[in-house]
Amino acid sequence: MSISIQARGRAILIASFAMAAVLNVLPVPRWAEPFMPDWVALTLIYWCMALPNRVSVGVGWTLGLVLDVLYGSLLGQHALAKAVVAYLTVRLHPQLRMFPRWQQAVSVLVLLVINQLLVVWVRGATGQPPATVAYWLPSIVGMLLWPWLFVILRDARRRWHVS
Amino acid sequence: MLTVFGKPLRGPTPLTRLVLLALLSAALMMLDHRTQQLERVRAGLMVILYPVQFVASVPVAVYNVLIDVLTTDEAVQAENERLLAERQQLLARLQQFEALEAENERLRAMLGAGARVAVRAVVAELAGVSLEPFSRRLLIRRGSRDGVYVGQPVIDAYGVVGQVTHVAPHVSTVTLITDPSHAIPVIDNRSGLRAMVFGSGDQDALNVPYLSGIADIREGDLLVTSGMGGVYPAGYPVAVVTSVEDNPSEGFLIVRARPAAQLNHGKQVLLIWPEGAPKEPAP
Repeated sequence: MSISIQARGRAILIASFAMAAVLNVLPVPRWAEPFMPDWVALTLIYWCMALPNRVSVGVGWTLGLVLDVLYGSLLGQHALAKAVVAYLTVRLHPQLRMFPRWQQAVSVLVLLVINQLLVVWVRGATGQPPATVAYWLPSIVGMLLWPWLFVILRDARRRWHVS
Repeated sequence: MLTVFGKPLRGPTPLTRLVLLALLSAALMMLDHRTQQLERVRAGLMVILYPVQFVASVPVAVYNVLIDVLTTDEAVQAENERLLAERQQLLARLQQFEALEAENERLRAMLGAGARVAVRAVVAELAGVSLEPFSRRLLIRRGSRDGVYVGQPVIDAYGVVGQVTHVAPHVSTVTLITDPSHAIPVIDNRSGLRAMVFGSGDQDALNVPYLSGIADIREGDLLVTSGMGGVYPAGYPVAVVTSVEDNPSEGFLIVRARPAAQLNHGKQVLLIWPEGAPKEPAP
């Protein structure tokens, strides 16, 4: 029984990450592109906060590598960013859990900005241009979506007893 | 221990693992940026992760099917008429082209230059997924199975689109000429001036830097590939100059151009195999 619960939990984790990855590469019209949040980063932050013993730096790094392959970007670029985000979230998870929802959302904004900062830093080091103001919009949209995403993922976690 | 879901936390602390993985990331980035050695690994991972891209492309595919179903007969007929008219015009221009080609060949023979060989082209559909936000890349539904290779030129009906940067068996990534990491050697079709066109990262702007104040370049000039550099064959339209500004303090002109290709429209591009390309497409 315990093994099946364990396996089901893993399936839920993988399913939520797979869905986030699909949302990240979902085609949108050009004008909407800056408004698409980084779903993978948001999902990663949630699970690192809820299950820090299970989802941590290694999972973050793997997800980042997956994004590097899907995006055709430099291998290791998003991997590094996601590993750092996972590490910070795991370190801060006791505080993050206690925060009221809006304060949590602001912390998530900080984590998302760090995520984008690491990506744009590597881009700059490899000769790509500095970011424009629109570059930071996905993080702000991510912050605004956080309360809803939190509730959805928390309900999923409780319903299927992922722990 | 590093990547497995559900294993208890034992062994190295999160900080140790972060440092190790950060070093690994740095090594990967260095290797990927400077060499081609990771291309095989990337191709394998692209195959494994293809389901993600496939699912993401479903909405666009459904939308296209719906458009097809809902298009009325009249609309199809109107389009057919338009295409027939366009075909007549193109055929008329082609008559002249053949005569010019023969003449060109004779002249080149007289000069002792080799004849230009016609290139092969294959249509590639866009995969209908978005890649990294704020990057200028495309995913196309052609891969190494179709003979696609890294560095292959990609064009559309109006001009150069970009070049292939990663290849998996069934899909490949194309870096657009507007990508800031992209540079392409060109020649001004009016004056014969040689220049380089760089991507700006902006979706419809290109930069033409390093031209001195006396360079013969004007607004409206067509820039075509010069054939230097060995990636793009000569003579394909790349960009139209939109503005030329003199900047006396720097000693260079500030030249901006707009891509000739329709980079943001259309569902198809053309892959071309220039003379001396590594592989021919499978028949």
